[in-house]
Amino acid sequence: MSAVAHEHDHHHEESFVTKYLFSLDHKMIAKQFLITGLIWAFFGGGLSILFRIQLGFPNADLSWLEPLLGNWIQEDGKMDPNFYLAAVTMHGTIMVFFVLTAGLSGTFSNLLIPLQIGARDMASGLMNMLSYWFFFASGVLMMISLFLETGPASGGWVAYPPLSALTDLGEAAPGQGAGMTLWLTAMALFIVSSLLGSVNYVATVINMRTKGLTFDRLPLTIWAFFVTAIIGLLSFPVLFAAALLLIFDRNFGTSFYLSDIYVNGEALSHVGGSPILYQHLFWFLGHPEVYIVLIPALGITSEIIATNSRKPIFGYKAMIASILGIAFLSFIVWGHHMFSSGMNPFLGSVFMFLTLIIAIPSAVKAFNYITTLWKGNIIFTPAMLFSIGLVSLFVSGGVTGIALGNSALDIQLHDTYFVVAHFHLVMGAASFFGMVAGIYHWFPKMFGRMMDDRLGYVHFWLTFIGVYMVFMPMHYIGIQGFPRRYYSYSAYDTWSDYVNPETFNISMFISIAAFITFSAQAIFVFNFIYSALKGKRATQNPWNSNTLEWTTPVEGIHGNWPGEIPEVHRWPYDYSKPGAKEDFIPQTVPFSETPESNLEGEA
Amino acid sequence: MNAVGDKKEGQLVHPQKLIVWLLIASIVMVFAGLTSAHVVRKAEGNWLEFEMPSVFLVSTILIILSSVTGHLALMKANAEDFVKSTWLVIVTFLLGIGFLVTQLEAWEVLKADNVYFGGELSNPAGSFLYVFSGLHGAHIVMGLGFLLYVLKAVLSKKLEIQRRKDITEMGITFWHFLDGLWLCLYIFLIYNHEIKIDYGDRSN
Repeated sequence: MSAVAHEHDHHHEESFVTKYLFSLDHKMIAKQFLITGLIWAFFGGGLSILFRIQLGFPNADLSWLEPLLGNWIQEDGKMDPNFYLAAVTMHGTIMVFFVLTAGLSGTFSNLLIPLQIGARDMASGLMNMLSYWFFFASGVLMMISLFLETGPASGGWVAYPPLSALTDLGEAAPGQGAGMTLWLTAMALFIVSSLLGSVNYVATVINMRTKGLTFDRLPLTIWAFFVTAIIGLLSFPVLFAAALLLIFDRNFGTSFYLSDIYVNGEALSHVGGSPILYQHLFWFLGHPEVYIVLIPALGITSEIIATNSRKPIFGYKAMIASILGIAFLSFIVWGHHMFSSGMNPFLGSVFMFLTLIIAIPSAVKAFNYITTLWKGNIIFTPAMLFSIGLVSLFVSGGVTGIALGNSALDIQLHDTYFVVAHFHLVMGAASFFGMVAGIYHWFPKMFGRMMDDRLGYVHFWLTFIGVYMVFMPMHYIGIQGFPRRYYSYSAYDTWSDYVNPETFNISMFISIAAFITFSAQAIFVFNFIYSALKGKRATQNPWNSNTLEWTTPVEGIHGNWPGEIPEVHRWPYDYSKPGAKEDFIPQTVPFSETPESNLEGEA
Repeated sequence: MNAVGDKKEGQLVHPQKLIVWLLIASIVMVFAGLTSAHVVRKAEGNWLEFEMPSVFLVSTILIILSSVTGHLALMKANAEDFVKSTWLVIVTFLLGIGFLVTQLEAWEVLKADNVYFGGELSNPAGSFLYVFSGLHGAHIVMGLGFLLYVLKAVLSKKLEIQRRKDITEMGITFWHFLDGLWLCLYIFLIYNHEIKIDYGDRSN
């Protein structure tokens, strides 16, 4: 061990390429994931603004967007319906995979796993670097597809066949040709990236914990990243299998998903495929993916809420058990996405039963957050606000999940805005809040400087209120039966009152709220860039936190700790321990130094 | 950086060996997805009936033999008899090549039997067979690459003995896995490639 430590004592100059591009250092790779993820968030969010313009103001003259969108704006000044569908598809793909999987899990797993478990780096720095560059290559292909003349993939982020399996122009949407091919290739690369990352995270957590850091002393962040990596390891390969068969159907004339199908009055040569088969395979990943996105955010929130309530997390073991419970259940509930696919009602009721059980571990988590906050000495940092915001979104989005989990109700609500509202609150916005909370909280660890609090508060309140203003009304139009993904609703009498462009209507309200919420992110971008360059210098442990990452030098060095790796003597949540001198006792302090606060059996 | 390399004090398991097992887990999931898809798709009917090419039996025997020689190679390496180990790794590698050749031979037999991967005459029943065989074959190619790496390790004069043993163990572990995977797929296909209709016992 000393030989390794010695090696790290040397300060060796690195070239720009090895330091910033092909870095093997987990902290730099984390920053790469973060910056790339945030850039994708800008694109993903921007696309949603474009289609919200169409949804809120279907009759508006959009020719002012022509410099940006070119031919996607028709001659009459309206948005091309094909572009609308492409924008919806790409918004989903980018947000789910590039922002909330790579940007969230990639960033914080990389940053925090070695730092919080007391390791010099990941198990394999090379695989870690490859993980980022596969993600980058995947992003390049996806970005290219945005600029194709025929447009990017436009069959929805779920890429259901037959739409996704038809390649020729005219058979499906124009984006289903080259755009869809790039989409599939990009996803294949993304799966490789995700697997490389997951393998590394699991191997690191199992193997490289410092002395004394047993699994029952791990911070909940690490538990969350660990379980997330296992879920990814087991579910992404199945998406790979699904995508592989889809590629064969598209390019090699097989008929896995395409059944006897007529296009423009002519029968295609495919016989005997089953599009439902794809849905099964896709959702076997797709549902765990929801938790791949959410669990890291919950882990981050656990850490931030405990630290800023100055209280131990309530029910530490129950929190671990509920993460494990959610992870296990996530693999056996995929059918609830398919209640309306002609599924046997008995099978549907099995999936319904399993789905509703998820409410139990989820409720355990929500209650434990609230009871941790209860009577705490709460410090409202921006990270804390976003974490509490996450709990709020998790609860209000989770409640509608109970409604949607019932097959009888879901058949009515399926593919309406009610579903859109549900998953945007519980998984989209909640995970995004977790990611932002993590950025505010660990910014000093990443950049050695503090983000500005006041800008953080403004950012929080605009985002928090904005998100609710966007998604709450969607529940109502969803119950009214508004189908999701439609380009225009004005052709239907049923909804004419809701989309009548002559009067102020609910769609306009949602769109305006979305514009405000999106604009508010500019405050964050400014704060991020300004603080990274000129923010207040951070101290070593700015939040008086217990975990190991705050024992490393502020500037962040190769190998993380200059000398020996610290040993761990206690769990990470000794906040406000009765009798203690201060309201926090770092994990590195042995019980022998704190006789005044030791509980029975702690010596 | 000596971050990966050998097992260090206090570590539960050898980090690289763990990574091999995690990769195996993810490959298992790919094939679990595909075989489930096969079962689900078959239940929907419109399923081509065909004979499994008998040459698959030859490739099965070859890969079982290769697993045996691979295991002997590992035993010899653990006994630090790297000369014998080298020869056994080479035999394993050649048997692996033989496996791939017989797989391609099976594809020819299938084509002669009008069982196609794609195109107008194809049916998912046949296409699945090509996917299983092809994707497994792609992993065999990876495994062969791994065996070459093992070969380099057993021949190496520079590496530490423990490191040479570890690399051999990882390569052979992966090879055993590929063997087991093919056996599972082969048995799965024998029992599932056609729809069995039970006409009852009519012999009397």
